[in-house]
Amino acid sequence: MIKQNLGIRKSDVINRRMFIIGTAKIVVLIGIVARLFSLQINENKKYLTLSDKNRIREWKLPPTRGNIVDYFGNIIAGNLKVYQLHIIPEQVENFNYLLMRLKTLLNLSEKKIQKIVKLKNKLKPWDSIIVSENLSWSQFLKVNNYLYDLVGAKPVMTISRNYPFSEMYTHVLGYVSQPNEEEILENEIVKERFVPGMKIGKLGLEKTLEKQLIGTNAIQRYEVNAYGKRINQLEYQKGQQGSKIRLTVDTEVQKLSSKLLSNKAGSISVMDIYTGDIIAMYSSPSYNPNLFLFGISQDEWQLIRNNPLKPLINKTLSGLYSPGSTIKPIVALSALENNIINTNFKVKCTGKTELYGQTFHCWKEKGHGFVSLKNAMKQSCDTYFYEIARLLGVDRLNVTAKKFGLGEKVLGEYFDNEKKGLFPNTSWKKNNLGGGWVLGETLITGIGQGYIQTTPLQLCLMTAQIANGGYKIKPKIIVNDDPLSLEEAKKSMELQLLQKPNTRLFNNPKNIKIIQEAMFSSTNEQFGTSYRSRLDDPKYQFAGKTGTAQVKRISKRERELDLELEQIPYKDRDHALYVAYGPYKDPRYALSIIVEHGGSGSKAAAPMAKELFKLIIDRDELRDKQSNFENINI
Amino acid sequence: MYQRDRLNSELSFFQKIKEIDYTLLICIILLSVISLLVMYSTDGGEILYHTKSHFSKLVVFFPMMLFIAFFNIKYWHTFAYIFYFLIILLLLYVSFFGLKASGSQRWMDLYLFVLQPSELMKIAIILCLAKYYHRVKIENVNTLTSIMLVLSIITIPIIFVISQPDLGTSVLIALSGLIILWLGGVRVKYFVYSLITFLISLPFIISFLKPYQKLRILTFLDPDRDPLGAGYQIIQSKIAIGSGGLDGKGYLKGTQSYLDFLPEKHTDFIFTLFSEEFGFIGSVGLLILYTIIILRIIRIGAISRSNFSKLFCFGFAFSIFIYIFVNLSMVLGLLPIVGSPLPIMSYGGSSMLATMIGFGIVLSAKINHKQIIA
Repeated sequence: MIKQNLGIRKSDVINRRMFIIGTAKIVVLIGIVARLFSLQINENKKYLTLSDKNRIREWKLPPTRGNIVDYFGNIIAGNLKVYQLHIIPEQVENFNYLLMRLKTLLNLSEKKIQKIVKLKNKLKPWDSIIVSENLSWSQFLKVNNYLYDLVGAKPVMTISRNYPFSEMYTHVLGYVSQPNEEEILENEIVKERFVPGMKIGKLGLEKTLEKQLIGTNAIQRYEVNAYGKRINQLEYQKGQQGSKIRLTVDTEVQKLSSKLLSNKAGSISVMDIYTGDIIAMYSSPSYNPNLFLFGISQDEWQLIRNNPLKPLINKTLSGLYSPGSTIKPIVALSALENNIINTNFKVKCTGKTELYGQTFHCWKEKGHGFVSLKNAMKQSCDTYFYEIARLLGVDRLNVTAKKFGLGEKVLGEYFDNEKKGLFPNTSWKKNNLGGGWVLGETLITGIGQGYIQTTPLQLCLMTAQIANGGYKIKPKIIVNDDPLSLEEAKKSMELQLLQKPNTRLFNNPKNIKIIQEAMFSSTNEQFGTSYRSRLDDPKYQFAGKTGTAQVKRISKRERELDLELEQIPYKDRDHALYVAYGPYKDPRYALSIIVEHGGSGSKAAAPMAKELFKLIIDRDELRDKQSNFENINI
Repeated sequence: MYQRDRLNSELSFFQKIKEIDYTLLICIILLSVISLLVMYSTDGGEILYHTKSHFSKLVVFFPMMLFIAFFNIKYWHTFAYIFYFLIILLLLYVSFFGLKASGSQRWMDLYLFVLQPSELMKIAIILCLAKYYHRVKIENVNTLTSIMLVLSIITIPIIFVISQPDLGTSVLIALSGLIILWLGGVRVKYFVYSLITFLISLPFIISFLKPYQKLRILTFLDPDRDPLGAGYQIIQSKIAIGSGGLDGKGYLKGTQSYLDFLPEKHTDFIFTLFSEEFGFIGSVGLLILYTIIILRIIRIGAISRSNFSKLFCFGFAFSIFIYIFVNLSMVLGLLPIVGSPLPIMSYGGSSMLATMIGFGIVLSAKINHKQIIA
């Protein structure tokens, strides 16, 4: 083009080419404006969010757990202000100096110091390190006095779980402690709300009711710069305390139970026979749950772990015992229900029974002579029960026992350490032990020995269901939204019977009555096994059945020696059991007592029932008044 | 010849003042004021080092621009080659004795401020080539010797700058030079052929790039590849601009820069801060201001009688446009991060010096637009 027009002026070329570029520039400029438009107008929201995400950082604070109260509104698991010391690494000027100062101020161990250093390397510089979870008041003052010298350390007031009745409720409530990694990952809700220093339920109701108790995190929102340094607080969002949970337990009864079982291994459970409310549930010995809050020391842990009375085992729920003679009401009831015997049926007790060359002894060496059902229950004649068990057979006995709740979990949904126990029958033996059932086994099952295993709470439930006239109840430890008064409970029970006939545990109401009378005579008539523990005042009068469970087979030699309790090694002593209900005239409460290696039921267990019934029945009126939750000021 | 003498001698000082392009001058002053305000914001709303330094540079360079403007354009024509060789010497000096910072050697310490000769080369190359095409006969433009000569004028400084290493500036120098080639009348097909050759050889060129330069290109293609490392700047810049919205977060209220999320907010990312605080409206406003400046420069070129003035004005207008384009495309995530300042706005003495020299020559071209240069 240029060559063709040699005469063309240079400036024309320049101008023309400038024009071409100018056009290109406009296109490019439009492109840039379009890009600006798309970023700032179209995608503004997206980038605003991203910018907020950059500059706003949230700090979650540990949630406050809900309180757990007893039936009367006393706090049995609450929260307490504690003083803590945190270090915020990014604010520390000289980490080593700070640690050295704190070490002398708070007497920190070398191990603790190493732990802090390790944490510091692991956490982000703006995450606080908890140096001490629970400062004493004097330590807290000391730290505050020297604060000018402790740059980066921050005294913090926070809230921590507290069990005001210390070991009284450990086996009911469990305890809280720092979760381990697995526990955080397993539980969705814990994972979401976890912050360092947070505690979760490790055992008992604290664990099973975690969802209700945990509460929500308080949230602090800070504006931070690119290096994560907090510039200013934008917002403080209060957390919500976990739900309050009201239990059916009565602290006074619980206290008495723990007093009665002090220095003994055993269990006491008390139940409302209509509502199924568990009034007391104490496993002895217990341990102080407050020790676990801030990490238990090795020494204290060893002390609990190595205690021969085994405080870590919840005997009420996971202790498996032969029920001994306490099973006899069920054996007798089963025999009556199956028309094997009637009240006139008599057995001659000579002190022992021979079966296929094997001798089965009655506890009374001389024998009871001719005994009827009532006398057999009253004096706990073993021979009588060998005989009716033989006539009844273990399978029919098993049906009755299952109806009354033996071999099933009582509170299984709340306590994952609860055991089912075992009530044997022929097919069980075939399936599990692989042998045929032997008649002798039926005999010893009839007096609550052999394969049969029950938990103390099962025995309590069994007794409650005999006491209420043979109606199935659902034991509970948490007060529902509308707790039932006695009248309402009775009414709903009748209604339930109409709708679900299988909740009636008997065929003939007379049979239950016979058993109740027999149990009454066992406590309130002369020669009754628990006669000495009776209460004569009809207001308190109760009916019960003693039990003495052998922990090992008694050899012939031992039988001849007839040693006193103190002469037998602790491990070989019999377990003492007692089940009872009262007041007899208008029953309301049932209980079961087990004293491990306590000797005979009548001597070791029954006297405790006397004291318990006095207290329980005295508090009966008070308890009824409390049945309406709204009237309580908690 | 008589004409030149007549026109020259007739322009008195007051005539010169009358002939100044006031629209352009006002736009430059406006831009300087805006740049100072933005610099104040980058210092977190305090008069700190960057604000003070930027201010003092404006105080020195703005009068210098006027000083240049009052020289007759023919002297700049005379000085063009000398200026070019002077900068080549400085580049040579820097490559041996220059200051090193963050892995490259591009600066020389002049006690008052640190000079980056490669920035000055952006102007020098335009001056030099404008003079060349002014002088060369139009028939000889497309001869092999001419093209080879021009290409070597462009290539020599680029070799120095690339070896510093400074890819961004060398690309800008090359583009500034090539535009004069285009304006000077080099055949379109040569441009097309070279573009094709360039595209084909691109993979080989990339293989010669330094690892950090390759990383920048990779990061540009996918900023989320390494959001806390190489992609951080692009991502944060986009967040800042995007979150500005229609009318911005308000002066001194840009959280991205105030809380230090924005890297290099004084220099390459100054537009990001501006855009975060003043939003779409402010950004378009700033673009309009730049557009007016560019259009004024083009107008001055158009009315100039001498081809030297034309070539310089058009070339300078184009290179200003290219700086803006490269810088904005970079902060908007349209181009890889190449490290190029936004004229006048960005903190940095050499860039401002070069731009002010350019403005000065353009103003001089306006004052002497009737001047014919032999």
